[in-house]
Amino acid sequence: MVGKVFAVVVILITLVTAYCVIAHVWWMPVDISVHGPKIDHQIEETMLAAGVLFVAGQIVLAAFVFLYGGARNKLRQIPGGAKPLVIFAFVIVGAEVLALSAIGSKAWGAVYFEAPDPGSIHIDVQAGQFAYYFRYPGPDGTFGALHPELINEGTSNFFGLDTDHDPDAKDDIVTAELAIPVNKPILLTLHSKDVGHSFDVRELRVQQDFVPGLVIPIHFTATQTGRYEIVCTQLCGLGHYNMKAYLSVLSQADYDEWLKKQAAMQ
Amino acid sequence: MAQTSVRAVAHHAPPQGFVRKYIFSVDHKVIGIQYLTLSLVAAFVGMALSWAMRVHLAWPDVRIPLLGWLSPAGAPGGVMTPEYYLSLMTMHGTIMAFFVLTAAPFAGFGNFMLPIHVGAADMAFPRLNMSSFWVTFVGFLLACATFFIPDGPPLSGWTAYAPLSAVGPVAGPGQGWGQNLWGLSIAMFCIASLLGALNFIVTTLDLRTKGLKLSRLPLATWGWFIDAWVSLLAFAVLLPTCLLLVLDRLGGTSFFIPGGLVFNDQLQPHSGGSPLLFQHLFWFFGHPEVYIIILPAFGIVSHIMPTFIRKPLVGGWKVITFSEIAVGTLSFVVWGHHMFVSGMSPYMAMVFSVPTLFITIPSIIAVLVWVFSLYGANIRFATPLLYSLGFISLFISGGIGGFFLAQPSTDSYLHATSFVVGHFHFTMGLSAIFATFAGFYYWFPKMFGRMMNEKLGKLHFWITFVGVYCIFMTMQLTGFAGAVRRYSALVDDFMIPLIPANRFMTVAALLTGAAQFIFLYNAIWSRFKGRKAPDNPWGATTLEWDTTSPPPFDNFGGRQLTVYHGPMEYDGEASVMQTSPEASVAGT
Amino acid sequence: MNQSELMIALSELAVATEHEIQMEESPYGIDKKKLGMWIFIVSDACTFGAFLFAYGYMRIGAPVWGTPFGFSSIMNGMVMTAVLLSSSLTMLAAVRAAQSGTKALAEKWLAVTMILGAVFAALHLREWFKLFGEGWRLFYNPTGGAQQFGATFFSVTGLHLTHVVSGIIALAFITRGYNQGHYDESHVETAGLYWHFVDLVWMFVFPLMYLMNAR
Repeated sequence: MVGKVFAVVVILITLVTAYCVIAHVWWMPVDISVHGPKIDHQIEETMLAAGVLFVAGQIVLAAFVFLYGGARNKLRQIPGGAKPLVIFAFVIVGAEVLALSAIGSKAWGAVYFEAPDPGSIHIDVQAGQFAYYFRYPGPDGTFGALHPELINEGTSNFFGLDTDHDPDAKDDIVTAELAIPVNKPILLTLHSKDVGHSFDVRELRVQQDFVPGLVIPIHFTATQTGRYEIVCTQLCGLGHYNMKAYLSVLSQADYDEWLKKQAAMQ
Repeated sequence: MAQTSVRAVAHHAPPQGFVRKYIFSVDHKVIGIQYLTLSLVAAFVGMALSWAMRVHLAWPDVRIPLLGWLSPAGAPGGVMTPEYYLSLMTMHGTIMAFFVLTAAPFAGFGNFMLPIHVGAADMAFPRLNMSSFWVTFVGFLLACATFFIPDGPPLSGWTAYAPLSAVGPVAGPGQGWGQNLWGLSIAMFCIASLLGALNFIVTTLDLRTKGLKLSRLPLATWGWFIDAWVSLLAFAVLLPTCLLLVLDRLGGTSFFIPGGLVFNDQLQPHSGGSPLLFQHLFWFFGHPEVYIIILPAFGIVSHIMPTFIRKPLVGGWKVITFSEIAVGTLSFVVWGHHMFVSGMSPYMAMVFSVPTLFITIPSIIAVLVWVFSLYGANIRFATPLLYSLGFISLFISGGIGGFFLAQPSTDSYLHATSFVVGHFHFTMGLSAIFATFAGFYYWFPKMFGRMMNEKLGKLHFWITFVGVYCIFMTMQLTGFAGAVRRYSALVDDFMIPLIPANRFMTVAALLTGAAQFIFLYNAIWSRFKGRKAPDNPWGATTLEWDTTSPPPFDNFGGRQLTVYHGPMEYDGEASVMQTSPEASVAGT
Repeated sequence: MNQSELMIALSELAVATEHEIQMEESPYGIDKKKLGMWIFIVSDACTFGAFLFAYGYMRIGAPVWGTPFGFSSIMNGMVMTAVLLSSSLTMLAAVRAAQSGTKALAEKWLAVTMILGAVFAALHLREWFKLFGEGWRLFYNPTGGAQQFGATFFSVTGLHLTHVVSGIIALAFITRGYNQGHYDESHVETAGLYWHFVDLVWMFVFPLMYLMNAR
């Protein structure tokens, strides 16, 4: 009796879980990046492989518990003993993980192994407790040097730019929102002013930590206009839950307009 | 080797007086119970913290009883501040991972059972063993003390990533003495674990009784033995990591703090350190740590199952043991999969991804052994077996999540989501807890001489089993929607639709937590009023069942045992004790 | 011999054979103190390894490291190395003497070992104070290079020095107990294992921390 209840409970849990996955009760938002479909595909492939193992594992467990409760006269061992199990694990699971690695490395490589397009729009991103700031190089196309000792939130010098002496810094455009043109390759350089943070845009399928002391490049191309949340996913202190900014993917004309307005506001 | 002098091992006289007998006892059985008691207290503390966190997540404005009293600053009027949420989260992780999951299945049951399993009178180094426990105890007190200092507990998570954990109070509340005490507490835990691991290894190798070849070692002992090796190497690296962290905080060094950091517009005096160094050192320990937690569970479940299915495991001792050895070994080369999005070289990510995927092979072999051992069995559904079955189901459910997190491409989406939190709660949290419950119900009669109540045990099982699935499967699946972990409030646009799911998890957590009081009641009631336990209530074959319940001071009343069989001599109703010279029934 | 027998035979290799010794307590028993010491050494080696890994990581990451040790410091280090190596030899002599039952001789060699250990520690502290005098601190580099030199040098050599000093204290206890008959040659041998390990660690620390930082 107990065994049969256990089997039914396990099967029910398996079915509910499978339903939630298949019906996408909680699922990824629609992808808006060029590299994203590869990642989505990889997640679906992995879900298929892992899902089959999950369902099969739970069902076999439930079935055996259902069938073999109580004292019977004759004990049985599975034919062949452990050998088929070990072979299954090595051959089937081994092949599965090799295939996943091989295909997955392509998805990963599409994001990380390829150099950014030389024509990318370069935007500098700084994270700090608990806000992001974005910097566009301005008309001269060059970023001013950073002087951490000059950082002063009171005067809105979030990056520590020396606008008095550094001509490159003079025309840098600093914003609290990240706006990018659609269908253009974007290169971000991430650096943190204090502790670890992260740059996570679910729709872009981009998540990359800010590591203090490092400047980490990341590149992508957005394919749909819209407004998306950038959230911090690396524990950074008390305001972690509320550390966010917005990513606006704009048409080229809107982007140019936006940038002009931002430049005027500096 | 043969001529080395072997003298009487662990022949100390029975202790006299209350203090020597129950407090500063060198008896491994008392120490084992001390560890289990400490873990039980720690588990309820950790659970209370998780209750508070879950309630706050689901209903941010609810006043939580006692919390306002515990910390008037952190939870004014019982409504917690964001920083206090993170402090509770940090302490929940620290207490559960170290003082419950690492301590109970390994140090708790291992201490009580390992010397008995090998037919010895005590551990190889009884006094060292006692100091292990008391160092752990002081470590636990230090961790708890953080609640009562003005600054409050640290908020940098159980992983204590630098530089948040390293720069000191400028990084926010809780990053003062709370973080220092945390570092010292974990350093003490490391020392205790190292001494314990050393003791376990020497006891297993050195104190085995006649005829107890390694191939005849009970499977739980195999689990502890392999685990001791992993602990020995992993905690040896966490210890210096904690020391360097404390040096950064108190000695002004910059191991983990780079230059040019600015807090409140103030440039920090550090330069040249590397947060990635901290992550490498921490995860070099941290990944083996999850196997340190789960390997004793593997052992305990493999030990318990044959008793209740009345047949040996498929593949005998070898297949399951070699899987454990493979898991333990591989665990040292996979740590980088925690750092896929941390700015480590993307090529290194591939290097770490492949062994991480391959570690699923021995894990799956272990699962297949457990599941297919049930085929054609005569299953007796006692509470210990139910928990073992629950363990298998939970381990499968969590284990498959590993496929997603082992690949950098899929991890880059799921990293730091609640998928990860659900995954590790299934694999190391719940699996280890279920194995611990299995062990507790199984060994309780031996430890205290009384049976636990079966009805209450089963009730406890059903609520817990269904409850944890409601909590953690929901948690795992909401990760696909991008739910970010370690958030003290759900305020992002995409987090708000997840509030109903979070309320569901909170209700499930409250109910599941409440069910643990059934267990507590059962344990305490049975300890004093339970049915008297016979020497071998389950019809088992290993050495602990070949002595009285509870065992005498020297475990076997002066008998010198000889072992003739492996630990899994079961054939339906028939079974043969390891120490019985009768013919084998299962051919092990 | 089939495969399973082979596996069992292999696993048995690690321990003493079953039937040779019919000891009362443990048929598998090799000296548990010695085994325990070996296992401690494995663990402690990992701890040193982590410190040295941190040192390497810091050093590779530093644009300018700065190498403070002049001729006199290197010579001092050479002398320290010679002293510590000699102490390993005298330790060996003590173990030999203890095993052959010449107790008085063993005690003498133990005393020499402790004295050599103390000389090493004294030379080491002299080096430290010289560096302090030049302005080096855990967190400060007076030459303007990476501040990690002080942090790594003092923590690695400090850890080693702690091992030497605890070794001297342990040797003192063992010598006293050996003299009074509580301890026997196996205790001396186990202490010797530790002492040789500390010596071995120095053979890594010296080139990495001194020679590689020679001016």
